[in-house]
Amino acid sequence: MSIMEYNGSAVVAMVGKNCVAIAADKRLGQRALTVDMNFQKVFPITDRTAEERIIEPKTFSNLVSHMLYERRFGPYFVEPVIAGLDKDNKPFVGTASDNLFGMCESLWEPDLEPEELFETISQALLNAVDRDAMSGWGAVVHVITKDGVITRDLKGRMD
Amino acid sequence: MAPSMESTTGFKFDNVRRNQLLGDKGYKVPTATKTGTTIVGLIFRDGVILGADTRATAGPIVADKNCEKIHYLAPNMYCCGAGTAADTEFTTNMISSQLALHSLSTGREARVVTAMTMLKQYLFKYQGHIGAALVLGGYDVGGPHLFTIYPHGSTDKLPYVTMGSGSLAAMSVFESRWRQGMSREEGIELVKDAIEAGIFNDMGSGSNVDVCVITKGNTEYLRNYARPNERVEKEQSYKFPAGTTEFIVPRPAGVAAGEESTAMDTSA
Repeated sequence: MSIMEYNGSAVVAMVGKNCVAIAADKRLGQRALTVDMNFQKVFPITDRTAEERIIEPKTFSNLVSHMLYERRFGPYFVEPVIAGLDKDNKPFVGTASDNLFGMCESLWEPDLEPEELFETISQALLNAVDRDAMSGWGAVVHVITKDGVITRDLKGRMD
Repeated sequence: MAPSMESTTGFKFDNVRRNQLLGDKGYKVPTATKTGTTIVGLIFRDGVILGADTRATAGPIVADKNCEKIHYLAPNMYCCGAGTAADTEFTTNMISSQLALHSLSTGREARVVTAMTMLKQYLFKYQGHIGAALVLGGYDVGGPHLFTIYPHGSTDKLPYVTMGSGSLAAMSVFESRWRQGMSREEGIELVKDAIEAGIFNDMGSGSNVDVCVITKGNTEYLRNYARPNERVEKEQSYKFPAGTTEFIVPRPAGVAAGEESTAMDTSA
């Protein structure tokens, strides 16, 4: 087993029309043992900065990228996904992994409105997670628009 | 090591022992994303042309269908990267900064050999652990220059070069059709055909062709010069009607994102 599957999880982000969505399941495990069924995996970044100013998503992803590359020869076991709206509300996202690739490839299309994006990302995540024994136990979705963040806890399979 | 002694530059190795231990315990430690790639370069009558495919792979998975493998070094110099994606990206980025500082302090445009020497010395220092295989091309006071640089630091200076997993397919095209003093149009066409040979015959390469033409005092970056693998339009829209996904309705007002869920222990 790869160390990347030790805790098991699924995270995605998608771009819509003037909005982005980021979503994650809620399971935390130690190999096959479920330790927590309501574990937080999505973290707000912009309201955390010590200098009381907003960091652009592109800048932040560059920062994370350099932090990870610094440990090139002894990496952290993380695969972060970054989503945000920049100054012009232009969406910016990172990438997710294997199971989700297929779902996103078929479900996603350009210029989805926030509510449409919510349905698309939710279905992509839920269906990917249902085919992964090590992820699941519900999910949380955040849709970021210029007017604010819509957060919803999805009803997923609890097995 | 005392905190004050800790280096603030270069690589950090503090996770290495832990990761090695986990590896010994049987947990497979992830390896950096290696890109199967086709990258090429050739010298033509007025300068150099670089070419690259746009597929990035993570094992058998196509991670990015339209990535950029021709990296900027200086206004008169570009560099194609094959091998470990992060290494080619960060190595060229770092050398690019050093070249900018170098030309600022000398008041001249940097030479291609300077970039080549900086790259090979950096890669040799890391004894091949930085997996960057590069095709470096540029035009300086000495005219057009084209080099290949291998991960261990060896270099070649040739009139036409290929690298990456698709290098054999691309080289077969070059070997049969490259000749001295080609025109710009002939050169671009040959580079395109060489990259397409990689795209279609090498599993690690795919998608589109990027081209970069560097001549005296001019650089033209032709992003997606050829797109021989356009995705056909979806036959059906998979939009879900609103209300498809069930969610827990009474989310308490004023509760911030995930506030009630278990927080990650970040004390260590």
